[in-house]
Amino acid sequence: MTDVAIELQDLQIAYTVRGVDRRVLRGVSFSIGQGESYGLVGESGCGKTTAAFAIMRYLPRNAKVLSGSIRLNGEDMLAMSGGKVRRLQATTLSMVYQNPASALNPSIRVGRQLAEAFEVLDVAKEEAETRSEAMLQKVQISDPQRVMRRYPHQLSGGMQQRVVIAMALAKNPTLLVLDEPTTGLDATVEAEVLDLIAALRQEFGTSVLFISHNLAVVAKMCERVGVLYAGRLVEEGPAQEIFRDPRHPYTVGLLRCIPRGGLRKDETALDTIPGFLPRLGADLPGCVFEPRCGLAKEVCREHEPELIPLGNGRASRCHFHDRAHELPRVAPARLPAAQAANGKPLLEVEHGSKTFKQEGQEVQALVDISLAVRVGEVLGLVGESGSGKTTLARLLLGLTSPDEGSALALDGEPLAGRVQKRTNEQVRSLQIVFQNPDGALNRRHSVRLIIGRALYKLLGLHGNDRDERTSQLVESVRFDQSLLGAKPAQLSGGLKQRVAIARAFAGDPRIVLCDEPTSALDVSVQAAILNLLVELQTQKGVSYVFISHDLGVVRYISDRIAVMYLGRLQEIGDAETVFAGPHHPYTEALLSAVPNLEGEERTRIRLEGEIPSAANPPSGCVFHTRCPRFLGDICVQEEPPLAEVEPGHLMRCHIPVEELRRLQAEAPPMAQSKTTT
Amino acid sequence: MTTLDEQAAPIAIPIRPDETKVERHERLRLLVRSPTFLIGCFLAGIWVVCAIFGNLIAPHDPVSPDILSKFEAPSAQHLFGTDKLGQDVLSRVILGARSVLVVAPLATILGTVLGTTIGLVTGYYRGFVDEATMRVVDAILAIPLIITALLAITAVGPSRKTLVLVIAFVFTPIIAKTVRAAVLGEAQLDYVQAARLRNEHGPYVMFAEILPNVTGPIIVEFTVRLGYAIFTVATLAFLGFAADPTIPDWGQDISAHYQSINAGYWWPVLFPSLAIATLIVGINLIADAIAQLFER
Repeated sequence: MTDVAIELQDLQIAYTVRGVDRRVLRGVSFSIGQGESYGLVGESGCGKTTAAFAIMRYLPRNAKVLSGSIRLNGEDMLAMSGGKVRRLQATTLSMVYQNPASALNPSIRVGRQLAEAFEVLDVAKEEAETRSEAMLQKVQISDPQRVMRRYPHQLSGGMQQRVVIAMALAKNPTLLVLDEPTTGLDATVEAEVLDLIAALRQEFGTSVLFISHNLAVVAKMCERVGVLYAGRLVEEGPAQEIFRDPRHPYTVGLLRCIPRGGLRKDETALDTIPGFLPRLGADLPGCVFEPRCGLAKEVCREHEPELIPLGNGRASRCHFHDRAHELPRVAPARLPAAQAANGKPLLEVEHGSKTFKQEGQEVQALVDISLAVRVGEVLGLVGESGSGKTTLARLLLGLTSPDEGSALALDGEPLAGRVQKRTNEQVRSLQIVFQNPDGALNRRHSVRLIIGRALYKLLGLHGNDRDERTSQLVESVRFDQSLLGAKPAQLSGGLKQRVAIARAFAGDPRIVLCDEPTSALDVSVQAAILNLLVELQTQKGVSYVFISHDLGVVRYISDRIAVMYLGRLQEIGDAETVFAGPHHPYTEALLSAVPNLEGEERTRIRLEGEIPSAANPPSGCVFHTRCPRFLGDICVQEEPPLAEVEPGHLMRCHIPVEELRRLQAEAPPMAQSKTTT
Repeated sequence: MTTLDEQAAPIAIPIRPDETKVERHERLRLLVRSPTFLIGCFLAGIWVVCAIFGNLIAPHDPVSPDILSKFEAPSAQHLFGTDKLGQDVLSRVILGARSVLVVAPLATILGTVLGTTIGLVTGYYRGFVDEATMRVVDAILAIPLIITALLAITAVGPSRKTLVLVIAFVFTPIIAKTVRAAVLGEAQLDYVQAARLRNEHGPYVMFAEILPNVTGPIIVEFTVRLGYAIFTVATLAFLGFAADPTIPDWGQDISAHYQSINAGYWWPVLFPSLAIATLIVGINLIADAIAQLFER
């Protein structure tokens, strides 16, 4: 074993909330070796960030260390004086947060901020400038001098995160704590940043604590993994082995929640983890996972298991660790078979365009989109942020009116561009489930009012009829009747999303737009919501337009998939055809950017740079500036048509489909080197 | 519906207690414990009691001139002395609370209601109406409050009704701005979009959906404005625009006697001034305590 960089021993931390101590970490012990990368996974509320803050000594004022120790290079950090801690924070510890925009001071130029990181180490001013420049080069910013003169808001999210990483590495830290460093980034950018972190770790030999809720990212980035649940480390071991052969029911459950390996809704239902995370500071005499565990026995309720070593550096805190994989399924293995989508188009958009005026400039958010949502199908909509997915959804709903020349039709009848001009029937037909249930539900209204109001406005139901229908609705989304009086703040994220789904279904819609409905939720909750959506779709025969950045989820739920880039439709076809290929080079890049749990190194192509500005889109094929299979002048000069390459499979690319098929079967091309600023 | 029933399990587990109720309860408890709030309530409370039960508390008739005993210094008989008409200053101070404490709260309530409505409409609909209204609001705000009030009162003549209307009128734009800012933030949230997707009418969205979510800033603004309203009423009375010149009024009494200070008769000025000061300080302390609570 290598030397230990940091070691946590039986760390117990409580937050004082309203005068009561509530334990968040219930005795966490782990250590990270020199140059090792350690991943901490678990759902939100498990104590991951608290552990990171404890190591950084950044705990909020109401936090209390009840017992335990944190040793950095053998020294007890908790016993150190304030001055010594500050010195450590300046010289040996670094942290990168989820949101780079708030980690940078918006009023100071990037160069100055970065130089400060050197100056605290007593580096002279000019020297600090030179070193900053070199550091920006290390984080693969191609024109450091220009970037240094900019303010943070002038950089894209990916660039900002690179700058933050450069600042964190300025002091050549012993330990680098990364708290969800790529969660706010697009998949393509995430892939780049992850590659960068991996490369820098090699170069600097820094120890890394990597916190993420995304198991696949952790599997890719970390050598060892600790699974945290309710402030307890429940399982620990080498990353690949834990994900291949989990030995704790919680890890088993988590892994079963994730749609992966091309799983589809008609094959298997996702499994879920029943119940909720125990409340902060709840008294748990037995195993912390016992209330939600399908394997729990009497002994689990009374005695908390030790962290039992399993050899090979693995350990599991479960009495029945050898039987963890026998954890019974909660959800049925199969969902009821969906009615075969019949090919009749239900909602059509022809030449749908949307131009926004921004500071006198015209920004084309959507350009000539023509597609149809068919009866009973799920149309997945994918693309990076800024590709126009949400604008398209809002346009279909009538929340933003389309440009002249666009035509919408429902059932072949023309559909007005603005929701106010649509008939009640049409308004009812199109509903949405928003991404964030916190904003989508009025926090001052009770669940009964939220759903009842929709029933009243959309179906004109009153009194008993309305109450009855409300009961039916909440039952169909598996929401308990007794909670009808509750306000959204009393409900967990999953329950809130169920209410939002019930509201969307209140008027018997024919199409429900799902705008990232699960991305604000933990994986176990995501699985339950996905199952619910699939079940509702089968029952009611509705169609979905399903927007998501998570390709695993899209593949799981969608019948057809549309890929968007810079407001243009690039590819559309049956889900399996699009995933199986040949695919559009952009789709290819998106697919290749997704880290997978199996840990297999997929053929990787990397998109360089960011999505260009819609105010000034590239000429010809809009993707040509980033295309890994760039042909030449034709791509710059001429926009390829959306052509049918196979039956039902349309693509916008100059490369003939057979050529693409051949190319994509071969080794991937190297991403072109272009300036990324 | 048997297929996924096992999934109902999550809901069988008891949910969290009503966090909003707990929060409200917590807030009230914090408020009642806060010394700022308690002192404020005490100071303001004195004058509220005086305004309501003044007739019972006042030792003398506040409006019975007694030329023989004018400008008597404070004594056991007249604790705060007598004024230039020989009226008991203490009694006048006690009953003077009434005129201020009727006009100021009424004016503030009216201003808050109008301001909230304008703020909701402009913040929700945006566009041309918003632009136009906000320019008018800025114009009103550019003129000093007291001058606007003076002009209006001179035009229609002082009365209790005019005072209430005038003060409400100058407060409306200020409150409208605060409310509009809060509404702008709320209108971005998806629940407003969801309301549009069931063809809700504007008034329902504004008053039933958005209003309950912006009550915090409105309450804070109300208490702050109340302090200013009291100050404005007193100032106007001092300048000769008392609501009703025949009843005791602090501002009016100060104005009637401040020239006598040189002659050594300080008491008819000091006590009404202290009354104004304590009431305003009291209200401001309450406002501070409430604002702090909502900022948390």
